[in-house]
Amino acid sequence: MAGFSATVVALLIDGIAYGMILFLMSVGLTITLGVMRIANLAHCGFAMIGGYAAFALVSSAHIGLFAALPVAIIGTMLFGALLERSVYRWVYTTGQLGQILMTLGLVFIFAASANLLFGSDLHAVALPGWLSENWDWGTIAISAYRSFIILVSVALAAVCWVILEFTDFGAKLRAAVDNPRMARCIGIDVPRVFSITFSVGCGLAAAAGVLGTQIMPLEPWYALEYLVPLLMVVAVGGLGSLKGSFYAALTLGIIDTFGRYYLPAIGAFVIYLAVVGLLLWRPQGVFARAST
Amino acid sequence: MSERVDERAVAIARAGFARHGVSWVDLIPVLAAVLVYFFLGRYLPLATQVMIQIVFALSLDLALGYGGIDSLGHVAFFGMGAYVAGLFAMHVTTQPVLGLCVAAVAGALTGLLTGPLVLRTRGLTVVMLTLAVATMLQQLANANAMKPITGGADGLFGFEVAPLFGLFPFDLYGHTAYWYAFGVVVVVFIICKLVVNSPFGLAIRGIRENPVRMRMLGVNVTARLVTLYCISGALAAVAGGLSAQITRLVGLDSLAFLLSGNALVMLILGGTGSLYGAIIGATIFVVLSDRAAAIDPFNWLFAVGAVLILAVRFAPKGVVGLIEDAVQRQRARRSS
Repeated sequence: MAGFSATVVALLIDGIAYGMILFLMSVGLTITLGVMRIANLAHCGFAMIGGYAAFALVSSAHIGLFAALPVAIIGTMLFGALLERSVYRWVYTTGQLGQILMTLGLVFIFAASANLLFGSDLHAVALPGWLSENWDWGTIAISAYRSFIILVSVALAAVCWVILEFTDFGAKLRAAVDNPRMARCIGIDVPRVFSITFSVGCGLAAAAGVLGTQIMPLEPWYALEYLVPLLMVVAVGGLGSLKGSFYAALTLGIIDTFGRYYLPAIGAFVIYLAVVGLLLWRPQGVFARAST
Repeated sequence: MSERVDERAVAIARAGFARHGVSWVDLIPVLAAVLVYFFLGRYLPLATQVMIQIVFALSLDLALGYGGIDSLGHVAFFGMGAYVAGLFAMHVTTQPVLGLCVAAVAGALTGLLTGPLVLRTRGLTVVMLTLAVATMLQQLANANAMKPITGGADGLFGFEVAPLFGLFPFDLYGHTAYWYAFGVVVVVFIICKLVVNSPFGLAIRGIRENPVRMRMLGVNVTARLVTLYCISGALAAVAGGLSAQITRLVGLDSLAFLLSGNALVMLILGGTGSLYGAIIGATIFVVLSDRAAAIDPFNWLFAVGAVLILAVRFAPKGVVGLIEDAVQRQRARRSS
């Protein structure tokens, strides 16, 4: 019995850590979809860029993970803002197909660049010693790294929530998500709000990319590899809904982890079956509001 | 008397060709195929690959260009067709035409199974689900439980293909394969023409432009889209089956996302929603990627990515759009 509960706790922590990484990545994507209706398939690429930046800093400049993290996040935010000002501009009015093709083009360029700079091997950012330990509490061993991911992600999610609910900027953003045209009519500078949010979304994705490298190792096709789970989170959560993404990410992370452990024969498929079932039940997203 | 009958027959034939949008332009690819055979015999295997990809791009054009279904997972049908054709040749009969028919049925069934789920949703969810279906199939083909059937990472190999119609054995230089693929392209192209110019095809285009209005007109939107998805899936499976029979090899890469991505690039390069775009785009893409892959395979991705981004910005209607614009400008100049 003790063994069983220890396994369940360990799996829960794994699942929540994975889910939280997915959530951090999905924030930017779901807001991009909600505000500008942009299908941004390259969003995972920003997580990859952040991850590779931190990896390069830690392994060649020999600075610690925590010094590299902010540099990677800010660098990715700047890069994201730059792309938003240039190539993303082009596809605001082209319809979904144009956006898919353009962002797919970005994914290809990211993959080729990553391969050119870092080779095709799997990489992970080295952890400081205290993070790679396990805390033993009797029968239960808890991974320090995964607990740390959960803590940081929850903190970031809380900051997002506070900004969204209690600041002027958050109110403008919520208005822009609910009804971009109306928001524009009452004098909100929607493109500016969007640019800032896009950049912040890239930063959060970068944070997820850096923190998650032990779970999701860096490789040239990273942006494509984790695109499907990310899109699942956004679709199940309901486009444009942060709260929806949060619940969806946790649910899918936990289902995936438990499925792989308890049903090894069909492990990788449990998540797909779950998503198929959820979307058959509610095609607009399980956690989407009924009105939209 | 007989002259008048002839006139009427000609008129009927003209009207029929016009209704299905068949013109002299359609002879250009045929002529090109004949010329390649006689003057560029060294490149027959490459030309055969071009034709396989033309079939695949045509099938995607039906779903994406005409139906507006943003499918990023069309490779699911391609791979399904390839595996079914390979397994059919290994275990049932090595008749190539029969094998293609079975592959087409398998593709249509895949569309019928996944279509109702995928097409109930809209927007990015469609993209996600098509992508998820393809990913799932690839993992299934690689799953331990399926290894005795699919061969896992080794894939299927060592199967035979009987002579075409019992007369023409597949030779080392690819002469039979070339004309076989050409025949398949012609048949698939005719099917596509018939589909897009039928009342069904008009309904599909209406749905692409405005699904809500079509529903109000009493059209069962989801049923129409699922039908289109099945037809498109069957044709994509034919492309996969053709590839399996000609290369005599089926691997996990016939389910890889890159094939879906490539087909999208071909279509955007040529131009969507015209069928000719698929032919032009596939030809340009396969020939270029063959040259580039010989030089530097991974950096070729830079070019593909750049082409995608720039095409969306500067030539959203592809090569066909550029040609149409040029023709229109010429006409305007002549009339002024």
